[in-house]
Amino acid sequence: IACLVMYLFAEFDDAANLLAANPDATTISIDEPVEIPKNQHSRLPEPGREEDDELLGTDDSDKTELLAGQKKSAPFWTFEYYQTFFDVDTYQVLDRIKGSVFPVPGKNFVRLYIRSNPDLYGPFWICATLVFTIAVSGNLSNFFIHLGKPTYHYVPEFRKVSIAATTIYAYAWLVPLALWGFLMWRNSKVMNIVSYSFLEIVCVYGYSLFIYIPTAILWIIPQNVVRWVLVVFSLCLSGSVLVMTFWPAVRDDNRRIAVATVATILLLHALLAVGCLAYFFDAPELDVPAPVIPAHNGTTVITKSH
Amino acid sequence: FPGLADVSISQDIPVEGEITVPVGSHSPDEDYSTLDEPVKDTIMRDLKAVGKKFIHVMYPRKSSALLRDWDLWGPLVLCVSLALMLQGGSADSKDDGGPQFAEVFVIIWFGAVVITLNSKLLGGTISFFQSLCVLGYCVMPLTVAMLVCRLVLLAGVGTVSFIIRLIVVGAMFGWSTLASTAFLADSQPPNRKALVVYPIFLFYFVISWMILTFTPQ
Repeated sequence: IACLVMYLFAEFDDAANLLAANPDATTISIDEPVEIPKNQHSRLPEPGREEDDELLGTDDSDKTELLAGQKKSAPFWTFEYYQTFFDVDTYQVLDRIKGSVFPVPGKNFVRLYIRSNPDLYGPFWICATLVFTIAVSGNLSNFFIHLGKPTYHYVPEFRKVSIAATTIYAYAWLVPLALWGFLMWRNSKVMNIVSYSFLEIVCVYGYSLFIYIPTAILWIIPQNVVRWVLVVFSLCLSGSVLVMTFWPAVRDDNRRIAVATVATILLLHALLAVGCLAYFFDAPELDVPAPVIPAHNGTTVITKSH
Repeated sequence: FPGLADVSISQDIPVEGEITVPVGSHSPDEDYSTLDEPVKDTIMRDLKAVGKKFIHVMYPRKSSALLRDWDLWGPLVLCVSLALMLQGGSADSKDDGGPQFAEVFVIIWFGAVVITLNSKLLGGTISFFQSLCVLGYCVMPLTVAMLVCRLVLLAGVGTVSFIIRLIVVGAMFGWSTLASTAFLADSQPPNRKALVVYPIFLFYFVISWMILTFTPQ
């Protein structure tokens, strides 16, 4: 069995090296990851193999792979069907969040963390948390910015919660839908190596939004420089997760279409961040006595003072 | 029956006795026939059940009474009173005020339904209405906090009043979360407890935020 293990690892190592060396080579990869026997620990750790080890993940995700063929067999009108989308444990969700915040260059989020077990728990609750974080942080930030002005009367701005919810949930569900449809269409024209299911795309988008939660909390700081630095930083992190996920899926296509697709993904992501910053957070004012304006925050036109 | 051929029963000995099946001292009908009782009894019975659950929430202990005999009267009363108390906020502009009555109502019920669905999808063994019942009853500390906040706001709006309200709401938020977790955590698979507790935390946090940011006109 040790020989079998060594042989399989040798194959995988070669394939990984080939792909790294020659990214334009047409390779056919089966959607299900390679099933490695559970006794990974019996092999000697070699420096060259560390890459494989990280790529393959932990033992428990192997178990998930082996069971992957048995999932989703219930008809869609039963409750059990939807339970298959919540088949994650706490540590798996935490791992996925960690993977979205610390993207490892070269590793594909879907292959590494999702591994044929996309879940809806992460996307749904990360979006819910983000909605309330943005609304609450925006409210707090406006409160601190306008504090001390004699005409300011604090309002909870509850309307903004529903607006935030609509925006973020629409982004997290419609953009993956559009992207999935686009990839399916291109797949029918170009024999593509990597294709993702709709749920995997939703999963990637949902987890990539996680970085915006601490960002939104830090946006309370009423300094423009700080806010824009945060925007760029979080955009880099979550954008890189998305790019590394979707670049392998489009790179075999026409070069211009591939670049355009990835650029659109990044552009929409940036638009979401900037839009949230602009709408929910009032611009921090300079030290000039502001004219007497009642603080109807929702209808104030936000002008960037930079 | 060949084996019994040689068994003979004397025909002089009468066979007699009683065949009775021991039954309970009351028939099942008498338990559930509540049609004839006075209305006061009916109402008091339900009120006592609701009251007992309130006490369970105030002193959260692991008890199955809350779970077994669920009812939604308590959550309804709490939700309506909380939504009513959250009225009268800044109503000068239609936008950007506090939550409307319908919004509070929807948030509480829809939030509770979503959390229940979430826990069931993750493999929880609690039934739908039991979970709704627990989540609804555990809103009680927050309703008390709202009451206290309104009273404090009558005294004045300032930093001191804000700090008092912050402490009260924070404490009640912690109480609510702990109480509902105490009741619901056991019915979850062990390696997913945190996944189930977090939405409950978020739910009560949102309600606490609504209470804390309530400003009278």
